[in-house]
Amino acid sequence: MAVATQTFDAIIIGGGGAGLRASYEMAQSGLNVAVISKVFPTRSHTVSAQGGINAALGNTDGRDDWRWHMYDTVKGSDFLGDQDAIEYMCREAPESVYELEHMGLPFSRLDDGKIYQRAFGGQTLDFGGELAHRTCCAEDRTGHAMLHTLYQKNIEAKTNFYNEWFAIDLVKTSTGIAGVVAMNIETGEVVYLKARATILATGGAGRIFQATTNAHINTGDGFGMVLRAGYPLQDMEFWQFHPTGIAGAGVLITEGSRGEGGYLINKDGERYMERYAPHMKDLASRDVVARSTILEIREGRGCGPKGEYVLLKLDHLGEEVINKRLPGIRDLSITFAGVDPLKDPIPVVPTCHYLMGGIPTNIDGQVLTIDKDGKDQVIEGLYAAGECACVSVHGANRLGANSLLDLIVFGRAAGKHFQQSVKQGLGFREATVEEIEKAMGRLNRWNNNEGGESVETIRAELQKIMQNDFGVFRTAEFMKQGFDKLEKLQERLQHASIKDKSSCFNTCRIEALELDNLMATAIATAYLANERTESRGAHARVDYPDRDDKNWLKHTLYFEDGRIGFRAINMKPKEVKPIELVARHY
Amino acid sequence: MVNSGLRDWLYQRVSAIFMAVYSLGLVVYVLAHPDLAYYEWHHLFTYMSMKVVTLLFVFLLLIHAWVGMWTVITDYIKPFVLRLMINIVILLALVGFFFQTILILWGI
Amino acid sequence: MRFSIYRYNPESDAAPYMQDYDLDVKAHECHMVLDALIAIKNNMDDGLTYRRSCREGVCGSDGMNINGKNRLACTTHLSALKEPIVIRPLPGLPIVRDLVVDMSQFYKQYEKIKPYLQNTNPTPAKERLQSPEERSKLDGLYECILCACCSTSCPSFWWNPDKYVGPAGLLQAYRFIADSRDTESKERLSELTDPFSVFRCRGIMNCVDVCPKGLNPLKAINHIKELMLEEGV
Repeated sequence: MAVATQTFDAIIIGGGGAGLRASYEMAQSGLNVAVISKVFPTRSHTVSAQGGINAALGNTDGRDDWRWHMYDTVKGSDFLGDQDAIEYMCREAPESVYELEHMGLPFSRLDDGKIYQRAFGGQTLDFGGELAHRTCCAEDRTGHAMLHTLYQKNIEAKTNFYNEWFAIDLVKTSTGIAGVVAMNIETGEVVYLKARATILATGGAGRIFQATTNAHINTGDGFGMVLRAGYPLQDMEFWQFHPTGIAGAGVLITEGSRGEGGYLINKDGERYMERYAPHMKDLASRDVVARSTILEIREGRGCGPKGEYVLLKLDHLGEEVINKRLPGIRDLSITFAGVDPLKDPIPVVPTCHYLMGGIPTNIDGQVLTIDKDGKDQVIEGLYAAGECACVSVHGANRLGANSLLDLIVFGRAAGKHFQQSVKQGLGFREATVEEIEKAMGRLNRWNNNEGGESVETIRAELQKIMQNDFGVFRTAEFMKQGFDKLEKLQERLQHASIKDKSSCFNTCRIEALELDNLMATAIATAYLANERTESRGAHARVDYPDRDDKNWLKHTLYFEDGRIGFRAINMKPKEVKPIELVARHY
Repeated sequence: MVNSGLRDWLYQRVSAIFMAVYSLGLVVYVLAHPDLAYYEWHHLFTYMSMKVVTLLFVFLLLIHAWVGMWTVITDYIKPFVLRLMINIVILLALVGFFFQTILILWGI
Repeated sequence: MRFSIYRYNPESDAAPYMQDYDLDVKAHECHMVLDALIAIKNNMDDGLTYRRSCREGVCGSDGMNINGKNRLACTTHLSALKEPIVIRPLPGLPIVRDLVVDMSQFYKQYEKIKPYLQNTNPTPAKERLQSPEERSKLDGLYECILCACCSTSCPSFWWNPDKYVGPAGLLQAYRFIADSRDTESKERLSELTDPFSVFRCRGIMNCVDVCPKGLNPLKAINHIKELMLEEGV
């Protein structure tokens, strides 16, 4: 089957924060770039980010230092983050945020006209001292403000958009990635998009869990594509559970609500975080607060008729703070919890929120694999940025408001590195017909399969397994069971089928293609979660409750064929002394 | 008038204000003359100032109507030739009304 | 609960039709209209087609006409609706399939108003300063999610979707005019003085009535007109 070909300098897969920051960087410099997005870009999940973006500007506190930010991030990562990458991100943060401001992002302001900064979890001054106010925000709609601003700037820069196009698979040649095969959702037309470089900015995959703050579209499309191309994923066992998802609905309530002074209480009305984290209390890092909350619920101090959730108390903040700083979450909690936080506390529960792991990259966003000797190897023509990438700046646990920063800093870095590469003569790779057809394999499978199980049947089971066996607390016993179930489910997936075969805006087929990616993500998670026999950051094992730096201070890698590999953690920042390992207390 | 929405919008608002004041003036006049009969009414329009003001009123009313009709026609009549013809008919009618008004007023 | 949903697949249907579904909303734990649409797609009819993403009212994907009013499926409580629940695509735009409409005209109008900050002054090393009062002028403007509920409930937009910017686009036009950091306000105003872009607004307030984010495009439109007079463009 002949496939039409279209050629660009670069193709960005994903129209969220990282993708649009990368495309803007490139389009501005006159390169011919195209963004493929399965939704209109402003529907991407960045739009749901609430709290803000960290940068050591010192606007609220009068003093700050990116080194303090770096220290907090390394500690927050439970020392699994790469210190050179974290150094780069924190050092670049102020400039990146100023750039956003110049682009027009409507940040909230202080009386002196500077960007308003609020407190957030795990952020301190002076290397672990007083609470820092480091999180720049636009009320509690920072992600929305950021995504719209970036999209607007891309309109100005004349970026090409393939909106409502779905990337099926990467086209891999012997020398690297040549582009991607993608489908126009509206017409079913399949096109080979050829480029000097393909940038994956496909976001997270929270939909492998039953309860998630993530949008329906967060199905790990980049993870599936990378694995099927034979490249590894890194640190996939590290899933962050956000302490405050609305109970039942899963909708996020920003950590900024605790940054503004809100706190969590159990059924006795006790502010229980004082017991678990005497210094930072409710603003300890997310893994700590989520685990403490689950313990409260397990020990019978949960609220509600079944004791299934805890309460987030905000009413003491008063009408002015809530309406001025947290208007969006007030709306959300009225709509989804039936509770007005001006009067009553919000029922919340730890909910899957973010994947720290992902596609391994270097600081320039180039995707890495390892060779036979375990040495890093750059994959030609392939970049990744944002939540789908693992640079790794979040290690085993991400600090709140570092994700928007990650998108911006590394979206920009990938864009800059690509420009440089083009100047140095980065060319196209020529793919054979077979290589292009290989990328269409799974589309053909879904088009041809008949009479199998439905997408929903498999997806619902997958989500149930992940929720029950790979949640906040993990044990070998449950994970082994879950793993076996997943393997069987993966086999069943090969025979699953869709009834709707129309070529016109077939969302059923898109959900099927997404399910392949969810499955790939879940299997990678299961493999690596089983493998890591320690507790670190968000990966908490009941059977191995302690951090084991002797054996596990390293990144894990998973390949689709079941191979597992390891990469060393970078402990060599360029400008500052390495941050020494310590036990984490908040 | 085809190019500037702002000017059209202003015409409509200014004309509306003038028409409102004029109408109010007539209402006050009628109320102030409870025994109003043909003679007084006829006499009122013999003043040159009243003729001028009334002519201005009608002129502005026609402007107001033209803007409104043109807007409605562009909303609902999409074929260009048909729309042009209807607009010409409306315009001729409005101009006709204007001259008819002059004839009436200066016939008094 | 009974749902009556607009169906049309141009590939297989000669004409659009309404299809009824009886869904046990309790058994499927449906609270919002979107939950019900998902339950129908997952369990009864995998061909039912609609857009959705964030399911919390911030991405703007699932604007549709529910019981005669444009709203977001994900923030509309089933309990607040009368049965049968009649769901149609947003009115006035071409249908792609079922509840999915072709929004390109809507986006084109958005792009027309140059929806990006323009500032011709030299870029400072740090942030451009903006007082909280200046910043507060953007409240009620920047929050727009481009769901098109407003523009597709506006008769002026139905009649002139190619020429009238529509409430959503005009809200954003004013968002940049009102931004103290934008230096091109006058230019922006002068580009809107034709009889269609702004002046097709007849102030009937459908946009204000339907906006799922509680925004007020009419107010922004009136501000634009006032500023045009003040600036004498």
